[in-house]
Amino acid sequence: MNWTAVAAIYKFEMARFFRTLLQSFLSPVLSTSLYFVVFGSAIGSRIQEVDGIEYGAFIVPGLIMLSVMTQGISNASFGIYFPKFIGTIYEVLSAPINFLEVVLGYVGAAASKALFIGVVILGTAALFVDLPVAHPVAMILFLVLTSLSFALLGFIIGIWAKSFEQLQLVPLLVVTPLVFLGGAFYSISMLPPVWQTVTLFNPVVYLISGFRWSFFGAADVPVLVSLLAIGGFTLVCLAVIGWIFKTGWRIRD
Amino acid sequence: MSAILSINALRKTYEGGFEALKNVTLEIERGEILALLGPNGAGKTTLISTICGITTASSGSVKVGGHDIVTEYRAARNMIGLVPQEINLEPFETVWSTVSFSRGLFGKPRNDALLEDILKKLSLWDKRKSKIMELSGGMKRRVLIAKALSHEPQLLFLDEPSAGVDVELRKDMWKIVADLKAQGVTIILTTHYIEEAEAIADRIGVIRRGEILLVEHKDTLMVRLGQKQLEVQLSAPIEDVPEALSGYDLTLAADGHALIYSYDVKQDRTGITGLLNAVAEAGLVLSDVQTRQSSLEEIFVDLVAEDAA
Repeated sequence: MNWTAVAAIYKFEMARFFRTLLQSFLSPVLSTSLYFVVFGSAIGSRIQEVDGIEYGAFIVPGLIMLSVMTQGISNASFGIYFPKFIGTIYEVLSAPINFLEVVLGYVGAAASKALFIGVVILGTAALFVDLPVAHPVAMILFLVLTSLSFALLGFIIGIWAKSFEQLQLVPLLVVTPLVFLGGAFYSISMLPPVWQTVTLFNPVVYLISGFRWSFFGAADVPVLVSLLAIGGFTLVCLAVIGWIFKTGWRIRD
Repeated sequence: MSAILSINALRKTYEGGFEALKNVTLEIERGEILALLGPNGAGKTTLISTICGITTASSGSVKVGGHDIVTEYRAARNMIGLVPQEINLEPFETVWSTVSFSRGLFGKPRNDALLEDILKKLSLWDKRKSKIMELSGGMKRRVLIAKALSHEPQLLFLDEPSAGVDVELRKDMWKIVADLKAQGVTIILTTHYIEEAEAIADRIGVIRRGEILLVEHKDTLMVRLGQKQLEVQLSAPIEDVPEALSGYDLTLAADGHALIYSYDVKQDRTGITGLLNAVAEAGLVLSDVQTRQSSLEEIFVDLVAEDAA
């Protein structure tokens, strides 16, 4: 393993993040606060407890997941698309490194940023509501795995994209709807039976459910299924990336 | 001398069916400077990209320092530095961070003293904290060179190093290349500018439509293909070439002040002695004599035109 190269990519990508630390930090704090004002106070005050949990606290895991997923995707997709777009990818392709090292550097940095934002939102949320954490280890595990797997997905999107429009397409058309329909703001049990079944085909349901379990000890689906789902998703993304580097799809002529 | 780069029967056909490289075989010796000359689209950049791992070959093999570029890509690429033709740089990064990144990317441990030395030699030290987007075009090209040198390559590719660069910087670049050669770095450069190849290369390769037409030592090439011209300047103008000199293929300059004689340096007998004697016998008074060797440019144009015919 060429760890020096991994560290070089990681540091280079993180530097981009720290240059815009204020935006990186402020935008999740602001959007989380807005969610709490709208959903927590304005609407939440008229909603009964969900599964025995105060509504303001109930939405926190979903809010964190929403940001972690979209940030993981957008950071990783931009991180690899930008060098492709401006041509600096030549250096990565001609360096004595393998695909695993490239992925570790880019995806590692993107996942770190997403994780950072997740923690910031968690901290902001704790200012608004009482937030118990029933299973801290599981919570960290879900947070890390989600950051990582969605950063992997973002990396694939960044390689696939041929324009900035395409870069926005998947997060906008696929991820946001899946998260909103994935029980971020409600419990699956609140849906009619038919929709409960349909919802089970939404992979994001498993993530939010598992993550919520780590806070409140209650979940829509068994937590082991959630872990298997996120683990499986990570493996699929890794396999696709392995194939991309083997064939050079959209990166090597 | 041992070969640092061996290219064997290399072919590259792009997806659309375009054959960018057709059976290229080439050996580069350690420490030499090879200039690859060729018109646009000749395959120069494809050749470099394939050796560096940016493009995959359709068939054939390449070894760098004895290491196959596919099976032993780490060892092979460790030896290579690439200065691309396009100015591909992250606009928001500083000179220092982008050059440090290159060194790390190639797995080399941090060495600030070396980077300082490289930046100073390239007159970039004062700009180390500047963002790339604040630099001039020539400065950006130097940054690309600094990036390639940062990981101490033994084989350096310069793809059109002086495209869009002013004369001053081009001369600087030549000096840098000469210094690198003195340090034992092997350099392969592609260029449109024949004068560049003429000024710095040891050997010259001509590539056209994906084929290497020839690779020769620069001097050999000049001699092999060189035409020389002898210009006999006359103290008094004449209207026609005198009858006595009709045996020579002479052209009279427009002002009638000079006779121009073309000869081939490859021939044993150039005919110069006879010509000068005949000029004296014809009663013409010489004021000066000049010879001029055809430049590489003329040789190149001839060669490509010949091949096209």
